Amino acid sequence: MASRKTSYPNRDGGDKYSVLLPTYNERENLPLIVWLLVKYFGESGYNYEIIVIDDGSPDGTLEVAEQLQKIYGEDKILLRPRAKKLGLGTAYIHGMKHATGNFIIIMDADLSHHPKFIPEFIEKQKEGDYDLVSGTRYRGNGGVYGWDLRRKLIRFHFLFFPLSPSLINSRGANFLTQVLLRPGASDLTGSFRLYKKKVLESLVERCVSKGYVFQMEMIVRARQLNYTVGEVPISFVDRVYGESKLGGNEIVSFVKGLLTLFATT
Amino acid sequence: MTKLLEWLFGVSLVGALWALVTFDLLDLSLPQTYREVAWPMPLYLLVSFGCYSLATVGYRVATFNDCEEAAIELQEQIKEAKEDLRKKGLKM
Ligand SMILES: Nc1nc2c(ncn2[C@@H]2O[C@H](COP(=O)(O)OP(=O)(O)OP(=O)(O)O)[C@@H](O)[C@H]2O)c(=O)[nH]1
Ligand SMILES: [Mg+2]
Repeated sequence: MASRKTSYPNRDGGDKYSVLLPTYNERENLPLIVWLLVKYFGESGYNYEIIVIDDGSPDGTLEVAEQLQKIYGEDKILLRPRAKKLGLGTAYIHGMKHATGNFIIIMDADLSHHPKFIPEFIEKQKEGDYDLVSGTRYRGNGGVYGWDLRRKLIRFHFLFFPLSPSLINSRGANFLTQVLLRPGASDLTGSFRLYKKKVLESLVERCVSKGYVFQMEMIVRARQLNYTVGEVPISFVDRVYGESKLGGNEIVSFVKGLLTLFATT
Repeated sequence: MTKLLEWLFGVSLVGALWALVTFDLLDLSLPQTYREVAWPMPLYLLVSFGCYSLATVGYRVATFNDCEEAAIELQEQIKEAKEDLRKKGLKM
């Protein structure tokens, strides 16, 4: 490993990237996502750390994380577990407190966000000194895998019959939000993003919503505060292992969140 | 100004213009045809916005990228990762 490292570019810009990985029952996915992160950060030569925030997963995710820490080192893998499931929004806040990088990357640990895009995020950020860079499924080469036409159609119906579950990632829901809020970013509910740490801190302070709507609120507030947003097309591959944690009341919270943002931003 | 206010502002502006023409509030003695065209306007707008929404969402669903290669690439990398991690001593 050490001999291979020398052939990689060594970038000493003083920038450090902290990747926040919130996990809940991701025993199978966590080693794979970590392996991919190490691979792509290694190849691109950026300085990084991975912060795993596990919420007491009953499947033993934390135990796997500890093994990974032994393999890759305590400077690369940081464990910041919490005793019980306290939700995604607070997991980011908790992880951020322990981050030592000046940039923070937020992504899902379920392999739907591929680490190969991170070097692109970083280049994009440098290109325009953006305050945040957001992955988008709705532009350029972006897209999804694992949604069949039926699923897409159900999602599409939402505009008129708001009945389907997991509509948040949908075209319909995204369109509605675009119309109502005009946020200046094409993928509002995606959660694969790179932030300047200071920017994330100031955004988090202002964001009130929980869970899913949190992502949306972050980007809407970013626009409100005149932060600059860069976008990178990403492919989104639906999770292979494990279960989705989002249930039926997703719709209710989405609509509530949307209306709240509508009235307050 | 919040988005809600922006929308209320926009809607009332359009509404006021509409009422102005339809009911000739300023006594401009506009030709009858103006009023006839103006009064069903809100309905037309609503319907065309509905059609626009349908078309946009429909078009985007139809042209949504299916990232098959991404899924295949990921599957291969998963295999590679599992092997490498086993070698490094990870017990799954
Ligand atoms: N720490 C922590 N992580 C969570 C919690 N809920 C979800 N996660 C993690 O957050 C990420 C996103 O959650 P997912 O369940 O994949 O949500 P999703 O991507 O909208 O749904 P899928 O369609 O299943 O992919 C995953 O890495 C989860 O393990 C939580 O309460 N606490
Ligand atoms: Mg997911």
